[in-house]
Amino acid sequence: MSDNRIYNVLIVGVGGQGIILASDVLGRVAARQGYEVKKNDIHGMAQRGGSVSSHVRFGKFVSSPIIKVGEADVLLSFEQLETLRYFHYLSEKGTAIVNDQRILPPAVFTGKQEYPPDLLSKIREKVPDAVIFDGVEVARRIGNARVVNVIFLGLLSRYLDIPASTYETVLRESLKPKLVDINLKAFHEGRSLAPA
Amino acid sequence: MASAYPGTPSTEIMENIGEKYREIKAGWAPNEKVAVEVAAGAAYGGSRAMAVMKHVGLNVAADPFMTLSYTGVNGGLVLVVCDDPEMHSSQNEQDTRNFAKFGKVPCLEPSDSQEAKDLMGAALSISEQFDTPVILRSGTRISHSMSLVELKERVEGPKELGLKKDPTKFVMLPAMARRRHPIVEQRLKDLALFAETFPFNQVIRGDGSLGIISAGVAFQYARDVLPSASFLKLGMVWPLPEKMIREFASRVKRLVVIEELDPFIEEAVRLMGIKVEGKNLTGLCGELTPEKVEIALTGKNSAKGVGPIEMELPLRPPNMCPGCPHRATFSALKKNKVYVAGDIGCYTLGALPPVGMLDHCLCMGAGIGIASGLDRSLGELAKGKAVAVIGDSTFFHSGMTPLLELAYNGGCTTVVIMDNRTTAMTGAQPHPGTGLTLREDSTITADITKLAEAFGFKRIRVVNPYEVKETEKIIGEELEANEPSVIIARAPCALLKANRILPDKPLKIDPNVCTGCKNCINTGCPALEFVKIDEPSEGDKRKGYSRINEALCVGCRTCQEVCKFDCIEVGS
Repeated sequence: MSDNRIYNVLIVGVGGQGIILASDVLGRVAARQGYEVKKNDIHGMAQRGGSVSSHVRFGKFVSSPIIKVGEADVLLSFEQLETLRYFHYLSEKGTAIVNDQRILPPAVFTGKQEYPPDLLSKIREKVPDAVIFDGVEVARRIGNARVVNVIFLGLLSRYLDIPASTYETVLRESLKPKLVDINLKAFHEGRSLAPA
Repeated sequence: MASAYPGTPSTEIMENIGEKYREIKAGWAPNEKVAVEVAAGAAYGGSRAMAVMKHVGLNVAADPFMTLSYTGVNGGLVLVVCDDPEMHSSQNEQDTRNFAKFGKVPCLEPSDSQEAKDLMGAALSISEQFDTPVILRSGTRISHSMSLVELKERVEGPKELGLKKDPTKFVMLPAMARRRHPIVEQRLKDLALFAETFPFNQVIRGDGSLGIISAGVAFQYARDVLPSASFLKLGMVWPLPEKMIREFASRVKRLVVIEELDPFIEEAVRLMGIKVEGKNLTGLCGELTPEKVEIALTGKNSAKGVGPIEMELPLRPPNMCPGCPHRATFSALKKNKVYVAGDIGCYTLGALPPVGMLDHCLCMGAGIGIASGLDRSLGELAKGKAVAVIGDSTFFHSGMTPLLELAYNGGCTTVVIMDNRTTAMTGAQPHPGTGLTLREDSTITADITKLAEAFGFKRIRVVNPYEVKETEKIIGEELEANEPSVIIARAPCALLKANRILPDKPLKIDPNVCTGCKNCINTGCPALEFVKIDEPSEGDKRKGYSRINEALCVGCRTCQEVCKFDCIEVGS
């Protein structure tokens, strides 16, 4: 890693998917690792259901709290459609990590519009090495449907130069005691998903 | 002391004071005008004080603010005002710096979290040194950002506390105010001199071919995309340091102001007779971004990105939650085919399809007045149609005076107060009708019914909105009445854990009985989905049928109430 390198991670999805928690943890992890960190969230007007984006930037020196279009090293998306909404942020050399989940927006669940088909193949056309998993399925397998966000945080951690132990420490600090074990399990499950 | 009314993106400031800084006396005020007055009182008594609000909150507080400039303070007084360029969650994108100029008070603007903290301290000192209220202007990208902050030792305010008689300063009778005005003008001149050496106004020397004057998050964008340029970074955006600006301008070939929203600094620089560019490059509307700034300055985005995947994407606007009592109330209103002057809160989302039941939204508390004006000016044309809807927190904010106007001047308007027992839109803050304070201590519970009675309303109804058919009937009765009515539709916000009345048992739809009429779908509930039938079996003329997502349904029964075919029932 060169000295002045800035890491840009854009996390997107739908309100209620745990995006802000994931980006909070990542921000704290980077700070604990000694980086300057800036993070910015846009979470719309209502508590649930809107499009959510969270920018996390860290490095030796960071100015802007938001990522420039075309400069995201990682686009971590928790929902298919949202991946496309923010796709232009991804750098040519960047990694797309996508949760294979579809959450229907109002115009779709009311039958006015179709959910666009074949989104995953469109993503793969542009970024052949996109990392795509059904996080809900993985979460059910390890016994808690609510840890999808931390599974993907684990997967994301494989693309950043910060040791797993730092994430573990921050997760222990940030979560209620009774949720620590399942989330650590989810984190390591996520790490194991990354292609070799 | 700290006082505030919630408003995105300013809300978290007071929430954090409430939770983490118990040594600060703090509370939610019913509105921003009151918040500024409470803070003013504290400052007059010698305490350091702050009032916190979103940009449009300062419109509400403009009356005390403008004359506070004349009285000055005593203890430091800071108005933290958070703008919302791009209107992520606001009804306009007004630029608060204009208010600083209008009120003749200093305005500081942080460019990250560390400066937000440091400038708050500086603002308190400036307030005390120059005897003036100070605006600390933030914005969505500063308020909703996090970055590392170094703390310092806590400092106590320097002023003696107590009740001080000083009518020529604090009683703004015309004769006294006339004496204060020249003091205000002189203060502004003194502050402009102070700005020349204010340490947060900084020159960062770089390449002499391009000089950028900037402040706030816009500075960070510019620094990011053109790190080699020269910068004059302003921490105080009003009044401006003229000498510093002239000096900076003289050392660069091209001078550009990078600022969000209005050409506030740019116009001031031009008035100095200095050649400057700015809004001709960045435009007036919306927020800036790193790529917008780079394109404005160099003509292109230098990043090598993958580019967009070009296709039409369905939008994902925010929506009322599953189980939201407002959805039930809108369903009952829809059946009565009314015309709705709405207000600001989660229920404003009732304007969006498929609900489409809000015909006006102007500002906090405006709905009742608008409905009253429509009703009385149109007479028969609006008879039985003019309805105002307003939430409980918005009602206490600025709905009480228009309700009084309605009682006083009459007409036939029906006011529906959607009382969900919280300030829901900004994340469930308590208000005077909830019985709880900022720090969740118990307190009075202001009673909307008794208020309406005291105002003289004879027709006051309280309904459970989830009983949609009953609510529909009662709304119909009140619309027919020849006098104004108040209907209180009361049920706690579906996200509130306390006072929960929802059963949290998902409903089920029998797909064979469902006719696909979409009555339930048109409530806009995210727990419902219209499933298309592509290959119908013989004799099935339906285009599709409704299905309930059990993971989202909380069992509010609104869909069951609007279903004409009895195909929705409580699941196992």
